[in-house]
Amino acid sequence: MYLLILPTALFFGAFFVLPMARLFMVGGSGSMGWGAYAAILTDKNYFNALLATLGIATATTALTLLISGITGVFLQRHKFPGNAALVAMLTLPLAFPGVVIGFMVIMLAGRQGLIGQVTEWATGERVVFAYSMFGLFMGYVYFSIPRTILTVMAATEKLDPRLEEAARSLGAPPWRVVVDVIVPALKPALISAGAICFATAVGAFGTAFTLATRINVLPMVIYTEFTMSANIAMAAALSFTLGAITWLVLALARNAAGSSVAAAG
Amino acid sequence: MHKMRKIRKIRKLFLLQLAFTLAVCAFLIVPVVLSMLAGLTVNYIAGLSSGLTLRWIFEVWDGYRDTIFRSVGIALACLVVTLLLGVPTAYVLARTRNRAARWIEELLVLPIAMPGLATALALIASYGALRGFRTSWGFILVGHVLFTLPFMVRSVLAVLQSIDLKTLEEGAASLGAGFGRRFFDIVLPNCRQGILAGSLMVVTLSMGEFNMTWLLHTPLTKTLPVGLADAYASLRLEVGSAYTLIFFMMIVPLLMAMQTLARPRTTKFIIADDTPVPDAKP
Amino acid sequence: MTVPLSIQLQDCAKTFADGTRVLEPLDVQIRAGETLVLLGPSGCGKTTTLRLIAGLEQPDAGGKVLFDGVDVTQQSIEARNVGMVFQSYALFPNMSVAENIGYGLRIRKLAAAAQRERVSEMLEMMRIAPLADRSIDQLSGGQRQRVALARALAVRPRALLLDEPLTALDARLRDTLRVEINQLLRRLAITTIYVTHDQAEAMALGDRIIVMSHGRVAQMGTPHEIYHQPANRYVAGFIGTMNRVQGEHRDGGFACTAGRLRWSAAQASATTELLFRPEDVTLVGSDALADLVGTVTASLYLGDRTRLIIDVDQAQPLTMDCLARNAPPVGQSVRLQVDPLGLLALAA
Repeated sequence: MYLLILPTALFFGAFFVLPMARLFMVGGSGSMGWGAYAAILTDKNYFNALLATLGIATATTALTLLISGITGVFLQRHKFPGNAALVAMLTLPLAFPGVVIGFMVIMLAGRQGLIGQVTEWATGERVVFAYSMFGLFMGYVYFSIPRTILTVMAATEKLDPRLEEAARSLGAPPWRVVVDVIVPALKPALISAGAICFATAVGAFGTAFTLATRINVLPMVIYTEFTMSANIAMAAALSFTLGAITWLVLALARNAAGSSVAAAG
Repeated sequence: MHKMRKIRKIRKLFLLQLAFTLAVCAFLIVPVVLSMLAGLTVNYIAGLSSGLTLRWIFEVWDGYRDTIFRSVGIALACLVVTLLLGVPTAYVLARTRNRAARWIEELLVLPIAMPGLATALALIASYGALRGFRTSWGFILVGHVLFTLPFMVRSVLAVLQSIDLKTLEEGAASLGAGFGRRFFDIVLPNCRQGILAGSLMVVTLSMGEFNMTWLLHTPLTKTLPVGLADAYASLRLEVGSAYTLIFFMMIVPLLMAMQTLARPRTTKFIIADDTPVPDAKP
Repeated sequence: MTVPLSIQLQDCAKTFADGTRVLEPLDVQIRAGETLVLLGPSGCGKTTTLRLIAGLEQPDAGGKVLFDGVDVTQQSIEARNVGMVFQSYALFPNMSVAENIGYGLRIRKLAAAAQRERVSEMLEMMRIAPLADRSIDQLSGGQRQRVALARALAVRPRALLLDEPLTALDARLRDTLRVEINQLLRRLAITTIYVTHDQAEAMALGDRIIVMSHGRVAQMGTPHEIYHQPANRYVAGFIGTMNRVQGEHRDGGFACTAGRLRWSAAQASATTELLFRPEDVTLVGSDALADLVGTVTASLYLGDRTRLIIDVDQAQPLTMDCLARNAPPVGQSVRLQVDPLGLLALAA
């Protein structure tokens, strides 16, 4: 029976395990030697990029969990006509690549964007934020909501309503029921969904690539090192480090919670 | 009186949440609608008043037709490979529940945890020297398989774990079925749902994959998302929008099919033993 | 029908990979055509024994499984041609009832017409012909059981192995099916090994019963032997209810706190405990006929009879049955007579 798993093992070994090992080696083969791995902390540019990346990922995760938490629980709990349509709309962007999302951010908030036109009409001043960190942030939230909302809904389905009924019978007002009963019960799902959200945001490239210009997140830095500066060793070291960070976050979250659903952008 | 206030309060809460949810939906859907419309308007800046046209779509078709076919081709090839690799893997993982199985599952999920950039760079560093391989669409296919395989495995594994696979196989074995027969008669038919859901996921993800593909591609092996990035950078907004529209038309039906598969969750009841068996036909 | 098979287990022990010993070396000879019941609580090794016979597990080194004298120990289950019914029935969800029943025939590459004929024969035998095209999840528990039996028998197996087939059903259905299975097994005259933890099933179905405990055989015998001549306290307590009275052999009888049992001197005089069944106890009117005296502490009306719990100043109260109309009220002092033929003195 174990023969069945051999093709997968071979494929994986040849195309993932070996290349990753090679990437690690390449990272240490440049002009800085193994010091390249420390560069992410020592070099000012890289460090700023790291902070920016972690910062935007954290902000995205926080806002996404809040939004998905509210909408996910609401949609799972209340069955009304049109509920299924709303769920469908919220999970639609699941497979949109980062480029498309970046493009849509431009459509909304770029120089010719809808928001620009509306604000110009309303206040006389055109608001354009597509090419700033805020625009990137909006894009990240956009692709994070569909991923997290499914996890939240699945977890909400498994909630025991009797716990809430018990709390209410003891006199707890709705907000206390949420804080004391619902959120703790959803904690594992929120942790695992949050971890995936964080990891995806840290590794996201397409969105930043489309919005380009002034944005300085790690994936963009890696890309420019590879293509413009031809500094493959640095690119390798940085990307390996980035991979290690995301893997660590996911592993920590998996220990704190259960299994997970994921896709990347 | 107190009860009336309570009911009004609950109703208000419901409406607030509904409003919030609708706002979020709008946030997600309006840009999609906008881009689709932009691809059909004659002049985006002038807006809808300039009229609707299909000319941008034709322009995309002329210039980027090959990327569309290549994306579809790679997605289907990816599906075949993940089926051949993933279904047996899911079977082995469903039957062996020891620590080694858990390690294998962890390992398989790694390419999702890693940023697409890292995986792509790793592949280039290892196999970039093989010119033939590097410049073929097979190079992109490898990246896509690494990324989508865990989804196929997880999907099939979930279904296999929900049935008592071991006892079913023993039942078939007691009737004389060898391993091969059991796999095709019992195992495969019973994970049909998982295979279908996994297949849709794989095709959808492959068609939309960008992060890895951007680094792995060459000017001769462009996929749809790669073409999109090119178009956004170099062409008119309308052409980029039309291109996006074509992408949406391809991917939205797949996403909706996935949703209809995920939805039906009917509880199965076991019929009571005293319900009369219908009379045999005379 | 095929010629019935004799099965022999020689020195079969089983140790699992993590070191737990679930079966001590076992020697069993199963006669052709007999129904042997393996009886015991969970974990006693009965299912393991069945799986050794089936070929789903291999005995530890030195153990042998023989079918009609031929060593089949190395043969896997696919080759042994035994019909097996699992506790959860193991019906294939992707096939209809008829397809399930015909699966074994399909494997054996029987001609399509012959397959159909045999399948309808089995459907008739199990009286589930109207269910032929139903899918498995549309069946009740009892119906699934019948399909499982039909599937196992369709291939004309050399032996029939049943692993707690009635455990998953409710009590009333179990009683009905027990009778049906009994009739079926008598009619087919096929060598059957039946695993259960229910002693009523064992007594009703078995030609012989093996009572097991902790991987060992506690007693092997006919239902009559097991019930009336239990070999040890474990078997005595496992089958039916057993009364115990402590005392000592004195003056040609067995003296205890509540009186004196008529226990002949021919038996061992060092016994300090005697056992007997509730049906060996009767209520009597006069002191002259009474062996024991006690007080009724509980009276359980069971419809067809009343079960009395009587305190006789012993560690364990006495249990006996009487007709409802004769039942003395709780608290009344009663005189009891114990049939000396039912008295047992057992080793631990």
